[in-house]
Amino acid sequence: MKTILGREIPDYIEGYGQVRPFQGAFSKVGVKNRTAVKLTSVIPNEHKVLPSLEDALDKLEIADGMTISFHHHLRNGDYVLNIVMERLAARGVKDLTVAASSIFPIHAPLVEHIESGVVSGLVANYISGPVAEAVSRGELKKPAIMQTHGGRARAIESGDLHIDVAFLAAPTADNYGNINGVYGNAACGSLGYAVADAEYADKTIAITDHLVPYPAYPIEISQVFIDYIVKIDSIGDPKGIVSGTTRITKDPVALIIAKRATEVIKASGLVREGMSFQTGAGGTSLAVAAELKKIMQHEGVVGSFASGGITGYLVEMLEEGLFRSLFDVQCFDLKAIESYRDNPTHQFMSASMYGNPHTKGAVVNNLDIMILGATEIDTDFNVNVTTGSSGMIMGGSGGHSDTAAGSKLAIVVTNLMKARLPIIKDKVITVTTPGESIDVVVTERGIAVNPKRVDLLEKLRMTNLPLMTIEELKLLAEKITGVPKGVETSEKIVAVVEYRDGSVIDIVRKVDLVS
Amino acid sequence: MKITKVAKAGTLESNDILIMVKPNELGKTELELESIVMQQFGEVIEQVILHKVQEMGIEGISIKAQDKGALDYTIAARVETAISRAI
Repeated sequence: MKTILGREIPDYIEGYGQVRPFQGAFSKVGVKNRTAVKLTSVIPNEHKVLPSLEDALDKLEIADGMTISFHHHLRNGDYVLNIVMERLAARGVKDLTVAASSIFPIHAPLVEHIESGVVSGLVANYISGPVAEAVSRGELKKPAIMQTHGGRARAIESGDLHIDVAFLAAPTADNYGNINGVYGNAACGSLGYAVADAEYADKTIAITDHLVPYPAYPIEISQVFIDYIVKIDSIGDPKGIVSGTTRITKDPVALIIAKRATEVIKASGLVREGMSFQTGAGGTSLAVAAELKKIMQHEGVVGSFASGGITGYLVEMLEEGLFRSLFDVQCFDLKAIESYRDNPTHQFMSASMYGNPHTKGAVVNNLDIMILGATEIDTDFNVNVTTGSSGMIMGGSGGHSDTAAGSKLAIVVTNLMKARLPIIKDKVITVTTPGESIDVVVTERGIAVNPKRVDLLEKLRMTNLPLMTIEELKLLAEKITGVPKGVETSEKIVAVVEYRDGSVIDIVRKVDLVS
Repeated sequence: MKITKVAKAGTLESNDILIMVKPNELGKTELELESIVMQQFGEVIEQVILHKVQEMGIEGISIKAQDKGALDYTIAARVETAISRAI
């Protein structure tokens, strides 16, 4: 069967099940149910703190075939997933599905657990490093399920993704399970991606290296969701959790792209009182924030909010009065953590509040301007951030599809070519975000507006920005780089890419490695 | 024409190529190519390098090329420079 984007996808995928093909960004809205949660009530004088992780694993009774979850706020400094998996492997548990909101290079030991059959399924919004390569080589028994940040929260809340046990890395926890991410050696700030796991798992255990007297403050995740607490020596390496400072790129090409993107924003008419904005922490994305800041200052505009993963740069804009508030699902640097801890206008946001399409309105719905990256874009404006140019998994949607769908103006900023590879293709290898959600592509050599945005095209025609069709932009790149030869993949399906509503937007096939 | 020395040109920066050449005792032209865009452009890169060698009338050369996504004119220029340095 085919998705609305013309992607051929089997009706049934072994290890995944029946496929609901993608039929459009808002084709599955309407009345929804949240799943009921099983829990064991706690009465006075019961203790939740267990002496060791081994005791906890005894109590949790993790059996073959269960789904266990992790959040990714400790990013590439996370020790918790590796420690838990090592202990479970030693106990001889098999066929686990690991639902981790993201997987990073530090999680390389997971590859062994995949090979030995301890882990047979993965569910994640972003996978990079050795685990991504192992999945692409077809080593995982079932296809990995790749979701979006909002889509993961939706899947957990609806019951599509049932979690037997959630392991919550907790930078600070008290002895009754109140948790925050702002204090402790492994402070990471907001714990937005851990909320649905804590609320909906059958059992939830907090793993901390900073156990404080009751009550912890502030409380990001409440005691009512936590069964057990275990203290270990260290839950993560601060150097891998946050970067010291986020800097604006000095790359002249990236700066030109950022300047052009900002001119597009200005021409769109969205630089106005109460405007809202989101951008990533990447070089070009952050440079757009810097350019936008100048325009907001010049025009004396105060925005309502900036959102997403928060960097020190957005904190500066908040402190300078350019936004009234920040919505923070994840802090990217120390400055963001401090601000999130100390400034009440720097607010918490769960993954569900951020981007779950099946709520009474996610924050992405209130977004005016969204700056996005891309590995590839095709002439239908579909974007790939899941696989690299060789077809190997090297990322995933994260909030890409969620914010693109919600925002009024979704701008993809990218170099026209990256290391000889033209970014614009006839067809992207993998569709992560559908073209219907993308409004404009800004490169250093030209700007292409999605033809369905006639209104935007008219506004941009009044400027002297270098407008082209996406086909013209593609040819321009190929004239310089040459036309790349297509990538060959085998038939075996290694990953299923779920759109935020749970439909399947694409599949990833096994990569035939060339030496 | 023959080259007499080992020489190199280029860098391992993105969008550049590092070319190392040395005399080939058997009088053959040998090319060892590594590229980050091997799948997409491997054949083209090979052609550009060999074409430049032929154009300069060089025989008996071993070439090691480490490509980081260089465009054709960069590749040709690096090969030409490496060979000139080796003559």
